[in-house]
Amino acid sequence: MSVKQISVFLENQPGSLYGLTQVLAENGIDLRAFSLADTSDFGIARLIVDDVYKTTTVLKDAGFIHNITPVLAVAIPDVPGGQNQVLGILMDEGVNVEYMYAFLGGDKEAYMVFRVTDTDKAAAALTAKGIRLAETEELAGL
Amino acid sequence: MERYYQPEIETASRQQIKAWQDERLVKQVRHVWDNVPYYRKMMEEAGVSPDHIQSSDDLHKLPFVSKADLREAYPYGLVAEPLENCVRIQSTSGTTGKRVVAFYTQEDIDLWEDCCARAITAAGGTREDVCQVSYGYGLFTGGPGLNGGSHKVGCLTIPTSSGNTQRQIMFIRDLNATILCCTPSYAAYLGETMKEMGLTPDQIPLKAGIFGAEAWSEEMRRDIEKTMGIKAYDIYGLTELSGPGVSFECSAQTGMHINEDHFIAEIIDPDTGEVLPEGTQGELVFTSITKKAFPLIRYRTRDICTLTREKCSCGRTHVKMTKPQGRSDDMLIIRGVNVFPSQIETVLLNQGYPANYQIIVDRVNNTDTLDIKVEMTPEMFTDNMGEVTKRQKDLVDALRAMLGLTAKVLLVAPKSITRREGKAVRVIDNRKI
Repeated sequence: MSVKQISVFLENQPGSLYGLTQVLAENGIDLRAFSLADTSDFGIARLIVDDVYKTTTVLKDAGFIHNITPVLAVAIPDVPGGQNQVLGILMDEGVNVEYMYAFLGGDKEAYMVFRVTDTDKAAAALTAKGIRLAETEELAGL
Repeated sequence: MERYYQPEIETASRQQIKAWQDERLVKQVRHVWDNVPYYRKMMEEAGVSPDHIQSSDDLHKLPFVSKADLREAYPYGLVAEPLENCVRIQSTSGTTGKRVVAFYTQEDIDLWEDCCARAITAAGGTREDVCQVSYGYGLFTGGPGLNGGSHKVGCLTIPTSSGNTQRQIMFIRDLNATILCCTPSYAAYLGETMKEMGLTPDQIPLKAGIFGAEAWSEEMRRDIEKTMGIKAYDIYGLTELSGPGVSFECSAQTGMHINEDHFIAEIIDPDTGEVLPEGTQGELVFTSITKKAFPLIRYRTRDICTLTREKCSCGRTHVKMTKPQGRSDDMLIIRGVNVFPSQIETVLLNQGYPANYQIIVDRVNNTDTLDIKVEMTPEMFTDNMGEVTKRQKDLVDALRAMLGLTAKVLLVAPKSITRREGKAVRVIDNRKI
């Protein structure tokens, strides 16, 4: 149900983000989504890519510290209150959201990436309420 | 009840210890003057001869010997006995340059093993114990020294040497080992592995550990003691002087008793060479007064520590040294506080990180700043920002506890710390004073 997100450690200094995107570009990695969290001296880049295995291999070869985190990619209904409905379900289940970010798929469909305290529980609850969760393969094909 | 291996020596009166030192020093100085041209030349240059040395009170008149002398005299230049009287060599790892090779007569080995036997007995060891020696055997003195000491005490000795953790644990459990001898970092690793295997302290037969050959903190001691349900004793030594057992901890665990019938200890100011009074922190200097094949006169260890002759609850009368606080050749003074890179290394290792760090000292608005770059590792990294920040803060707290200073911890990319000829540059001091 979950999607594999790659989180990469970056120093917060000029050129370190470029160093990451350059490695991805040189290896033909297609980015689906990209989000950055930072403090004054370091940051974490979070990526959804077309080919997780290839990306982790090239990142390892290039010496980047990274790991894979399961996240939920929720297809948000394109109606007013769509996001609100999703958050309501998570609230009812007592699932906490650590962070989230959005990206656009094809056909103007929006996806919301959620990192939650209990991925399996959240996935089950959302699916039960008819919310569609994207799989890794679906995102790879976008 | 406190046990001693050689009670008449270990609890001798101060006068008796001084009498031994006086007699043996005079003899030793004559021995090196007669047999080691290198020493004779040094003494002549300093304007001293054996006639000037009437007791241990004259020790300060003699010149110092340093590691550089040992390298210059390599391999035979400081050997004081004909080679046919020597039966063994041991050697240092040589990580900081040319190896140091130390020579032993049979008597030298015998006395060295006595020192190790005193350490094992002080840790509660008797002939009823099973002693597993997990120090490396070979050129390194750890294995051979504790092995010999264990034999002398009469313990059943398991010479596992280092490595093969599963086999180490198998022997400890199957043969009911009660005493473990190894480096503190290996002890911590063995403890962690046993914990992961689901073993609780009452399922581990060990009761004591004798751990030395590297720096370790009190925090690390408590962890090891708790995980394995043992009492952990420190032991100190140098290959140059014999090996482990130059000094050892007793049940009081408040410093290591130096075997003063074999070694005279002094504390000096590392800059001026001046002898400092008891209780002052400075560089530790040793003179070996019983060693025949490779005697060292006023050898500068570069280890910084303090000596105390305060009465010890264990009943031993020999002087105690604190755990070395660092090395005089890499000490930094930051905001008036002595800081050693080894302390920072200890903090990182205790927190479970590899010691990939760099210390950057600068002076901003007349105040020293201390930044410590720590290379990020896969173990330290998680996707959770709060968790990474917390780990960073834990490091700052642990550093403050160790150094008494607030340092800024910077998490940096792997392999980003400057390396020169393969070795990381540990200290960058940008202060213009």
